Amino acid sequence: MEAIVQQFFNLAIMERALPLILSGLKETIVLCLIVIPLGLAGGLTFAIISLSRLRTVRWAAVAGIDFFRSIPPLVLLIFIYAGLPFAGLRPSPMVAVAIAFFLNTSSYYGEIYRAGIESVGQGQWDAAHSTGLKGYQTLAYVVLPQAVRNVLPDLVSNTVEVVKLTSIASVVALPELLYSADMARSVTFNSSPIVLAAAIYLVMLWPVVRLISRLERRIAA
Amino acid sequence: MEAWSRFLDTFFNWDVIERYFPAIMKGVGVTIEIAAAVVLTGTLLGLALAIVRAFRLLVLNAVIVIFVDMFRALPPLVLVLLVYFGLPNVGINLPSFVVLWLVLALVLAAFAEEIFWAGILSIPKGQWEAAHSTGLGFLGTLAYVVLPQAIRLTVPPLTNRTIAITKNTALGTVIGVGEILNQATTAQSFSGNATPLMMGAIAYVALFIPVVVLGRFLETRFAWRRI
Repeated sequence: MEAIVQQFFNLAIMERALPLILSGLKETIVLCLIVIPLGLAGGLTFAIISLSRLRTVRWAAVAGIDFFRSIPPLVLLIFIYAGLPFAGLRPSPMVAVAIAFFLNTSSYYGEIYRAGIESVGQGQWDAAHSTGLKGYQTLAYVVLPQAVRNVLPDLVSNTVEVVKLTSIASVVALPELLYSADMARSVTFNSSPIVLAAAIYLVMLWPVVRLISRLERRIAA
Repeated sequence: MEAWSRFLDTFFNWDVIERYFPAIMKGVGVTIEIAAAVVLTGTLLGLALAIVRAFRLLVLNAVIVIFVDMFRALPPLVLVLLVYFGLPNVGINLPSFVVLWLVLALVLAAFAEEIFWAGILSIPKGQWEAAHSTGLGFLGTLAYVVLPQAIRLTVPPLTNRTIAITKNTALGTVIGVGEILNQATTAQSFSGNATPLMMGAIAYVALFIPVVVLGRFLETRFAWRRI
């Protein structure tokens, strides 16, 4: 028991690691502020393309979504970070993470928007058209607001996944929360810094996870 | 034309492909093994937890909810590093693939419990009462009436979640599990060529595209409409 406390809940070590970990937290927040809006916008683009009247365009969008959903994000990240230099491009860790996350999270958000748009009945489109709204106006003012409401729990839950996913940026040495904690761990030979980082993730995400459970139940009921 | 041949030489170099094909295939084998173990143990544990929760014992349910919430809120890579580097210092030494399997199975169990539980809750109370009135006990009702309907509802969300968690086997590379990504990055650094990374990416797509497409099919087949 003593050993466990020493190894995982060592307050002295946590205190020493705190400044480093807080700077990591700042980086994680910056990262989230970059990749979440990028993913939301990219996903919407994917979803709108997949509504195209041209079958080939529709299929290309769905194929793109499925392609990037079937590659683990870490593989994509390492491919971009370690592979592109061979082609003469040297992305910084931040740029590599942004590109990898854009491709990965847009495809997930895209799939969610798509399901949402499909859940809005054809009658809504027809009714909007009959009032003189153009296609893009119908989408923006009639269909999307309802679509987003229908898939809100999925959007929120995917956003939690994206925040959790930012931890893989540590693999390409972007000094975010997990990277800083792991640095502190390797210097102190003690896991308490990682426990501290885990606690920070929990404080950030636990309320949202609770909220998702509520939202999902309310809609299921 | 020269740029094109340089591109081919860098990402689709035939010599490199031939040399490292066995290594990548070994990685594919490891990935499949761990993925199968995770899916099997994770979903079964999740189902077991959901069944325990159906008994509605206050203390036990609180423990389950805390476990589920924690494993849904924590990034899997944090858990992997915590278990891999933390346990040896308290005298528990686990091989890296066991660490990966354990962490991913627990994460999947947490998500699966939540999904199964939502499924059980979605069965109207009348079904329970009707089953009781025919003389079925609690377990009989659960096993023969509630779960068969609940599990049907859980197929699409569970499939998607399982795919997402199975892809996390790539995290194993960080602790040296010899799965696809690990083999690919090792081969890349030995060969000084990006082809192995391309091979790894292709291997993942080949493995997961069928599952992703299957997930899409199940979604329409078992349409779980929440609206």
